[in-house]
Amino acid sequence: MEEKKYWRGLEELTNDTEFVKNAHREFVNLPNTDESDFSEPSRRDFLKLMGFSIAAASLAACEAPVKKAIPYLNKPEDIDPGIPNIYATSYFQEGEYASLLVKTREGRPIKIEPNNDASFGATTSARVQASVLNLYDDSRYKTFVENNQPLEYPAFDEEKNAVYQKKVKAIDEKIIQKLASASNIRLVSGTIISPSTQEVIKEFIKKYPNTKHITYDTPSASGILKANKKTNGVEVIPTYNFDKAEIIVSFGADFLNNWLNASTYAKQYAQNRKLSKDNANAKLVRHYQFEARMSLTGANADYRAAVKPSEEALLVAALYDKLNGGNPEIKNPKAQQLLDKAATELQNNKGKSLVVSGSNDENVQIVVNAINKMLDNYGATIDLDTPLYIRKGKDEDMLNLIEEIKSSSVDAIIFYGVNPVFTHPKGDELKSILKNVALKISFAERPDETSVLCDFVCPDHNYLEAWNDAMPRKGFYALAQPTISPIFKTRAAQESLLIWAGNNTNFYDYIRSYWKANLFGTQTKYKTFEDFWNYSLHDGFFETTAVVKDTPKAENKKDRKDEPEAKTATANISEAKANIEQSYKVSNDVELVLYETTALATGLQANNPWLQELPDPVTKACWGNYVCVSQKFAKEKDLKQEDVIKVEANGKSVELPVLIQPGQANNTLAIAIGYGRTECGKVGKAVGANAIYLATTKEDSLHLFASQAKFTKTDKKERIAQTQTHHTIMGRDIIQEATLSDYQKDPAAGRSVVKIHTSEGLKKATDITLWRGHKYHNHSWGMVIDLNSCIGCGACVIACQVENNIPTVGKKEVLMAREMHWIRIDRYYSSDAEKEDLKGLEVASEDPQVTFQPMMCQHCNNAPCETVCPVVATTHSSEGLNQMAYNRCIGTRYCANNCPYKVRRFNWFHYAEDSRFATVNYTQTTDLGRMVLNPNVTVRSRGVMEKCSMCVQRIQEGKLTAKKEKRTVKDEDIITACAQTCPTEAIVFGDMNNTESKIAKILNIKSEIKRYDDGKEEIIYTMNEPRAYHVLAEINIKPQVSYLTRIRNIDKLDKKEKKA
Amino acid sequence: MQYTSPIREPLVLQGKTYADVTEDICRQVEAAPNPRWLGAMFLSLLALGWGSYTLYRTWWYGIGEWGLNKTVGWAWDITNFVWWVGIGHAGTLISAILLLFRQKWRTSINRAAEAMTIFAVLCAGSFILMHMGRPWLAHWALPLPNTYGSLWVNFNSPLVWDVFAISTYLTVSIVFWYMGLIPDLATIRERAKNPIARFIYGAMSFAWNGSAKTWARYEMVALVLAGLSTPLVLSVHTIVSFDFATSVIPGWHTTIFPPYFVAGAIFSGFAMVLTLMLITRHVYKLQAYITLEHIESMNKIILLTGSIVGIAYLTEFFIAWYSGVEYESYCFINRAFGPYWWAYWSMMTCNVISPQFFWFRSMRRNIYVTFALSIVVNIGMWFERFVIIVTSLHRDYVPSSWTMFWPTYVDVGDYIFSFGFFFTCFFLFAKFLPVINIAEVKAILKSSSAPSVIEKEEKVKAGVKLTPSYNPKSE
Repeated sequence: MEEKKYWRGLEELTNDTEFVKNAHREFVNLPNTDESDFSEPSRRDFLKLMGFSIAAASLAACEAPVKKAIPYLNKPEDIDPGIPNIYATSYFQEGEYASLLVKTREGRPIKIEPNNDASFGATTSARVQASVLNLYDDSRYKTFVENNQPLEYPAFDEEKNAVYQKKVKAIDEKIIQKLASASNIRLVSGTIISPSTQEVIKEFIKKYPNTKHITYDTPSASGILKANKKTNGVEVIPTYNFDKAEIIVSFGADFLNNWLNASTYAKQYAQNRKLSKDNANAKLVRHYQFEARMSLTGANADYRAAVKPSEEALLVAALYDKLNGGNPEIKNPKAQQLLDKAATELQNNKGKSLVVSGSNDENVQIVVNAINKMLDNYGATIDLDTPLYIRKGKDEDMLNLIEEIKSSSVDAIIFYGVNPVFTHPKGDELKSILKNVALKISFAERPDETSVLCDFVCPDHNYLEAWNDAMPRKGFYALAQPTISPIFKTRAAQESLLIWAGNNTNFYDYIRSYWKANLFGTQTKYKTFEDFWNYSLHDGFFETTAVVKDTPKAENKKDRKDEPEAKTATANISEAKANIEQSYKVSNDVELVLYETTALATGLQANNPWLQELPDPVTKACWGNYVCVSQKFAKEKDLKQEDVIKVEANGKSVELPVLIQPGQANNTLAIAIGYGRTECGKVGKAVGANAIYLATTKEDSLHLFASQAKFTKTDKKERIAQTQTHHTIMGRDIIQEATLSDYQKDPAAGRSVVKIHTSEGLKKATDITLWRGHKYHNHSWGMVIDLNSCIGCGACVIACQVENNIPTVGKKEVLMAREMHWIRIDRYYSSDAEKEDLKGLEVASEDPQVTFQPMMCQHCNNAPCETVCPVVATTHSSEGLNQMAYNRCIGTRYCANNCPYKVRRFNWFHYAEDSRFATVNYTQTTDLGRMVLNPNVTVRSRGVMEKCSMCVQRIQEGKLTAKKEKRTVKDEDIITACAQTCPTEAIVFGDMNNTESKIAKILNIKSEIKRYDDGKEEIIYTMNEPRAYHVLAEINIKPQVSYLTRIRNIDKLDKKEKKA
Repeated sequence: MQYTSPIREPLVLQGKTYADVTEDICRQVEAAPNPRWLGAMFLSLLALGWGSYTLYRTWWYGIGEWGLNKTVGWAWDITNFVWWVGIGHAGTLISAILLLFRQKWRTSINRAAEAMTIFAVLCAGSFILMHMGRPWLAHWALPLPNTYGSLWVNFNSPLVWDVFAISTYLTVSIVFWYMGLIPDLATIRERAKNPIARFIYGAMSFAWNGSAKTWARYEMVALVLAGLSTPLVLSVHTIVSFDFATSVIPGWHTTIFPPYFVAGAIFSGFAMVLTLMLITRHVYKLQAYITLEHIESMNKIILLTGSIVGIAYLTEFFIAWYSGVEYESYCFINRAFGPYWWAYWSMMTCNVISPQFFWFRSMRRNIYVTFALSIVVNIGMWFERFVIIVTSLHRDYVPSSWTMFWPTYVDVGDYIFSFGFFFTCFFLFAKFLPVINIAEVKAILKSSSAPSVIEKEEKVKAGVKLTPSYNPKSE
């Protein structure tokens, strides 16, 4: 029987097509609500579309900031975006010479590196490192200036440029006209070591015969030059070989910091501070320092006596007497004791010692020369045959000039690379009388105290934009080449002089013709001049032992003879000694010492925020100068740190805050020069006060001290920005040290290993662990820092800052303890207190031993920072690095709190955008300043943490280079900025997995794989070098950075310094 | 079955009837704001306004507006955070643990205490947001799905545990508090003459009908929530203490922290409850409900927890010496005798010495002493967190980095912000919601404060000797 069936209607029965189509829908007449039917637009589609449109519209409304990246229209042949070009060049400023390699990216110089192929000047100090920023300083003169009115800057407008060139021509004509009518022209410069420039000056003098070239240096080496003239018959600075000296006695010469070519000396000095693995026969240099203030050199000395500046000279005389068998009386008992000891050791080390003095008194230097002669040091540690040319100025020339100007007998003056109003002790006087000179021209790169008083400023190129050459030492010729086209409308000073002398050759051709005429012939290696020139330019230097026919000689010194056979000694030592005894008296007067800081030297680079923020190696203060006084003096005179006092000497005065400096000679005040610029740009303006005017001027010499100084307290206070405010080590084993004699007995002398009591007896703290560690299959990047080599100079700090785009934050923020440096040099003074006396340990000894410890991220394997970050922004790489993902960081600062080394740095503000940092951080806030940034390193935003990355960008680059060449990474492929810059090679970076690497050899590393029960594997490194240790090893965080103990060449450690 | 002491004071005085209870408590909600309330509200808004300005600076310019530095990365921010979280603990303790322990005296104070908890935890949360360098990325601390691959939060980090702990705590507290509010909101709804008020309170009371079944469910849910909240009282501050205990910093890396922090939290929470209740009691004339008996009981808890905290301080010192770790020993010596000695001794005086007054009954029952000490205790507890955070950080391992921390006006302003926020919320609560749990007070009225109880009390006072009785009918 057929099943009973109902129909919904006739349509169903008839199978009407319309009906069948809609059969599944209940309400046919209503709009389709069936979501599964995609044939027509549904409600959901509508919602989707609407949602998308709204989202798209609102996204479009939030316009992203437009960042312009302009591609090359015509790509320069040598420039590949992303690949640096490196040029060899040379640096000579403030009497400091360095052979450089300049790294440029897309045509912009961004980093300065030492030219290690050069036999001279292959070290870069902090100032050299920082000098790249001066190029991008907005305060530079952008155009020629007439009567303080700069010409209109034409930028890239051709029409305006033509107008500009016309105006420049007009200025040149005016100058030529005035020079032609002048009867007394003076060209004032610092020491000129460029042979071609000297030719230019000669040519200028030929054209204007009534021109006199005046050379002066601050600080000058006039005394050394004159003394050598008298004792050795040659008016030169000899080459000092600190690497050949086993005993060094220095009387106030800060030879590791600023004395002559200090970074070269630092490199040599460190050679003899490196210890051989054969500990029983290990040898070290022994260094005595007699000085008034705690200099960087004094801080590194094995024996140091704090003496007043007047005593320094008397001690030199006393040493001479002592070496001659006398027994001179010295009032200062410590100096007496050390001098006796030094004299005996000098006698025993003839020909292997070196005595130097920082004095500018020719009598003192004559006696020093006599001492060195007695000790047979000439020919051994002192080389008269290859003299240094970096200081040629004679003090009397400039002093005479000032007298001439005073009497209005000079009618034209040209300042070339000098700023005497600021840097000369009589600069204030010069300032007031300069109007007596009818025509004043300056070649200043940026406004300075002298150039603003000039009628015309014809700005010179920055050294990175200019051609130049240099002969810093006999036989060593260096070239300087432009690494960028001139940014502004500047002109090489030499070209200006040539134009005024009627010669329109450009300076490049001029140098070439000089080299062709004078140097090409002295060699036989290259057949054509083009080859000779190209290779010399490529290398950056040319060395010859041949006597160059036309060796330039400083003008006005007709009798100067470089040839050693012509030496005639005329010095009378007893007369020199008598002069010393007459001019220096031990008294109770307060004496003043003026000195150059590591960062600013004479203040030329005062507008460089990197240098302003570089803490002084010893005082750890930045952004300003201050008066250093001894602890005892401060107590006696009731002076507190930061009390402003007025210091008067030689009729001049400055007001500066007090800084209490352990190790400072009692009754002395020490003030840095180079601060207190009034015209230099926004950064350096009015930072500190200028103390140079307090220096002593005698009729023919300048002395950076005053034997009678007065001070009066004011009721003002001024804060001193110090990056380290606690100065003692508190008896902690963070720095482990021993004496040489202990080291000779036991290579692990001074090491302390923390052991923990457990049920299985004493165990090393690092043997008990909760951690499973890491296993590094390929590389394991690490560092070893030799505390014996580190002299604390701070060059690494700046190198790191330049390489890693680290912001500068200004004085206010440094006072808040927020400086951003990724690497810092911790400086500790010893204390006289016993270990249990915690309060006493906080106070530095009156005459402390000083240690330096570079500190940066230790890249812990069991990193405390990594576990606490809530968002995994700091992680561990497979190559042993602790890395920061800036983008992921939300800024809880937990990692920084949990860092035992306190090396993490937080971006408290948006330093790159915040207008409050526009001045001090112009490297990141201005378009011009940003050109110095390293494109390989992110500029960090506000609110994120940052820290040492071990220059991970360089690691990547090195790995890629090796990969492209299909080989394994070698030591030379990768070097961190700090290690590269360290003049003493205290920092060694490398791969600890590579047994051939330098670091593996230094640490004598053995690695083994430890297997855990859960199958995990950990690589464990054992450092078999007995001197090697990890800071805070007992927390078992297993750093990748290790330190080598500090070994002092002293008879025994300070009793107080000995660890329990 | 419950033991009732014949000499126990009634929990509600003045022989209040059910009608009185409703009337006394609803009056504040229904009446126009009184001038004292307006004044208090004005001050709170002033604080909130000033605080909002400094908060704007903190968020606009960055954390640099505070006085922190390279060595001290946390100071007032986390001090305030821990302080506020700690204060919150009293509310949960009163409403959950005391409920489980059948402490009937809690009924008069639990509502306000719970409200305080919520506002305090919100304040604490605001410091979590404030202290971040990039607060707009705060959600990254949550394990949310994202497009960065398998990028999770770091489950090892105590800060992530904190996020979970605090958010759970806030959620449970809000649910618990609101659940308790429902019957009272219904009461207000019923009494409301204004249709708007009736609508709002009606909506808020979720159609509470007061049937026996509803009440039965209400009781059950209260019990379940009390059970859920109880471990939170212990866990939240334990986890907060892990922020410090799991680190390597001497003075932080201390196993004693969890119990010590919990005790401290209850200590400061009770003090804050007292501060607020004494003001409310006075302003709203609630002396009959919040009696000296309440105050005394709370003072006893303050005495107990204060002493626990005191023992913890001493234990820390002992362990620092006993461990033989020079950094640890130095840290504690530095706390007491270093540059921040004044913070340490403020903490000791306020937290350990001052509660000892409560050994004396007269002091426990003295409203003025109680009020003063409740503030002193919270000052002390603030210093405790400051001491732990700042004095441990400012001189840790490497002496070259040792610094001092000094607050800026923005630090102070942001703290004031939290006060402004807290009191604004609290006064709004006190005006628009019943400050005492009407339903629960009524529940104990008969058993503890009925005329017979009062009569008995009077007899005792008159010297009549009574024998204790068991009341088998009681709950």
